[in-house]
Amino acid sequence: MSIIKALKLTHEYIHRDDEGNVDSIETALDGVDLDIAEGDFIAILGHNGSGKSTLAKHMNVILSPSDGTMWVDGKDTKDEDKLWEIRQTAGMVFQNPDNQIIAGIVEEDVGFGPENIGVPTSEIWTRVDNALAAVHMEKYRNHSPNKLSGGQKQRVAIAGVIAMRPKCIILDEPTAMLDPVGRQEVIETITELNKKEGVTVILITHYMEEVVNADKVFVMDHGKIVMQGTPREIFSDIKTLKEHHLDVPQVTLLAHELKEAGLNIPDGVLTEEELLHILCQLS
Amino acid sequence: MSIIVNHVDFVYSEGTNTSQHALKDVNLQIKDGEFLGIIGHTGSGKSTLIQHLNGLLKPASGEIYYNGRDINDKDFSRKELRSKVGLVFQYPEYQLFETTIFEDVCFGPKNQGLAPKDAGLRAFEALRNVKLPKELYYQSPFELSGGQKRRVAIAGVLAMKPEVLILDEPTAGLDPQGRDEILEELARLHREQNMTIILVSHSMEDVAKYVDRLIVMDDGRVAYDGTPREVFKHYEELKKMGLSAPQVTYLMHDLKKRGFDVDEDATTVAEARDTILAYLGKSR
Amino acid sequence: MLRDITIGQYYQADSVIHELDPRVKLLGTFAYVISVFIFRNIPGFVLMTLFIGLCIKLSKVPFKYMVKGLKAIVFILLLTGVVNLFLTPGAPVFEWKFIAISKQGIYNTIYMMTRLTYLVIGTSLMTLTTTPTRLTDGMETGLGFLNKFKVPVHEIAMMMSIALRFIPILIEETDKIMKAQMARGADFESGNIIKKAKSMVPLLVPLFVSAWRRAGDLAMAMEARCYNGGEGRTRMKPLRYCRTDYIAYLIMLIYMALMIVLRVIF
Repeated sequence: MSIIKALKLTHEYIHRDDEGNVDSIETALDGVDLDIAEGDFIAILGHNGSGKSTLAKHMNVILSPSDGTMWVDGKDTKDEDKLWEIRQTAGMVFQNPDNQIIAGIVEEDVGFGPENIGVPTSEIWTRVDNALAAVHMEKYRNHSPNKLSGGQKQRVAIAGVIAMRPKCIILDEPTAMLDPVGRQEVIETITELNKKEGVTVILITHYMEEVVNADKVFVMDHGKIVMQGTPREIFSDIKTLKEHHLDVPQVTLLAHELKEAGLNIPDGVLTEEELLHILCQLS
Repeated sequence: MSIIVNHVDFVYSEGTNTSQHALKDVNLQIKDGEFLGIIGHTGSGKSTLIQHLNGLLKPASGEIYYNGRDINDKDFSRKELRSKVGLVFQYPEYQLFETTIFEDVCFGPKNQGLAPKDAGLRAFEALRNVKLPKELYYQSPFELSGGQKRRVAIAGVLAMKPEVLILDEPTAGLDPQGRDEILEELARLHREQNMTIILVSHSMEDVAKYVDRLIVMDDGRVAYDGTPREVFKHYEELKKMGLSAPQVTYLMHDLKKRGFDVDEDATTVAEARDTILAYLGKSR
Repeated sequence: MLRDITIGQYYQADSVIHELDPRVKLLGTFAYVISVFIFRNIPGFVLMTLFIGLCIKLSKVPFKYMVKGLKAIVFILLLTGVVNLFLTPGAPVFEWKFIAISKQGIYNTIYMMTRLTYLVIGTSLMTLTTTPTRLTDGMETGLGFLNKFKVPVHEIAMMMSIALRFIPILIEETDKIMKAQMARGADFESGNIIKKAKSMVPLLVPLFVSAWRRAGDLAMAMEARCYNGGEGRTRMKPLRYCRTDYIAYLIMLIYMALMIVLRVIF
């Protein structure tokens, strides 16, 4: 079953001058075809300006297609009657942790979404309790978000989305503003949600280490999907990745360079353990 | 000539219930022409430390000397200090305010008291240094991409011709290409103009690749001070401080444990590759 | 520094006053403010002091903490004092060159400064003991009847609570931009008023740009979480009166009655 599907999806940002005449047209998405299966952990990679954030915004109907179609859980995003249903199905977490927390207390912020969709009071509490437990933030439920670390704030934002019981969570560069500890917290949290609760995760990032455990990786450039496959397949082709201004984790690069130097090492080594194992067998 | 940090202590909001002892007896000597890295997890005191180096914060006790003079002395003018020690904050693109990029970069030199013409020359040089395309110079800074804005903001400090350039996570939030461009630029300034560069970073791979000397801050103290190779030897202790070492460090130590006679202190991909090839070549 | 401003910030404690329904506190503050304006003699003053003193005691907010909040208004306080002291006409009790102080002037000064201090203490007690969300909830429910007159009560309440949440963030940001510009040689302190105003541009433009960006981000995040105005919303923490709230209303009523009696009789 596909949860998110796009067919020839195109998005154009139209810039106008002071008189309202069209000044220039920037094609952010250029005929994207996409099919994401329910329950998968998907990573979308690309440098800044490659169109990956624009794609994410279509999944939550913050943007509407200039051309082509996008379906979320079978619903066409151009269908205005389905707007709130789609937003409930596909929740979104943004980059800046400060700019997406609305309430002054953690638990009230998590309850914000359910309040908006008219969930009865007693059920809001159950949902908030469960959502906070899912991101391991129960201890901080009465805290002010201003006193939390970046990673903790992002976990609160994730809980806020979980409380709306979505089938799918889209995270638009959720770790870009975090330190390594916070980054790890967020990645662990979403991995657990995907494995335990079966929520489809769509992670948009440019940190390669974060995608090694994904089921499938898409690479975007110039508004198009230019590579897709398992992380191993993607990381096997370092040359093409570099052409799209991306790099690979240190061990993948090391394995690649050792192979170039004549050692018998396969393409697309993903983890340190893997390379260790291969080298031990070689000697 | 150098910067000397002598027994510096600093406390935020002293005497209130939110007070925070951010620096505890910090001692350092930074020599001219060094490329120094500072790492530490959030709240370890690294940002507080660099704000002391150009006088934005004053130590509660202890002194900071720049070329032998106490920077908090009354007769050491702030203007002079800030001309010599340039500080680029985290997300510096949020400080841009002028109508054109060129004007914005002129702000620093003008504050130094330079005539408009000289300030302009400085701005051109700085913008050239950060490799911003010429056709953008007279555009609004708010229309640039994130990476370009960041480079304009760095140019704004470079135009003041500092002897020491301090940058607080200059690559945060940038994509790999943007990151490499800025780091290469810093390496070039260090190499060609012998500028002292102090780089605060979260990326162990980056510091391992670029800096000569690495300082690790933990809980307001200097925990380690040495070359990246020396510091990353303590990868297990670093982990307890919420820090990691570059990925290859772990691999090299694990190889050593399995009986590989390799240089376990290698921190970059090139070093690791050479030592592994050398060992395997020998054992064959 | 900027981050030391405490006025209007919530102070976490476990007290009867904290627990009260925000509508009670809003109405109570309103009543108290009226009483501050109608008292005019010693018995009234004593009763008012007893009332607010008791409230502070019950709230468990340290008195020292409240006084710290007063620092922000010291200037206004002194200005009111000076204006009243020198500009009130009447028979002078003290004269020196063109300065004249009348008995009425001294009386007015004490009266006005007391009023202002008590006003700030009383209103800040409300914000110190009520979270922004509870406060706006209270306003929304308590003033809900205004909806009939086409006043967008929910929207105003939501705007207020968001503003309150972002105050600390913007204060921190101001601090950061100020330092960044100082590192570029900006001088915010010296010079005359015009020069000072000019020197604020490098601070205000980035601050405005950033606030604008944050507002855009926040609006997008709210929309993504299905926010669609007040209609059809449920509440996680609906307001319900309990016994203490009724008792508080009763105490308030008695207090107001006594204040009025004291004003009329004496």
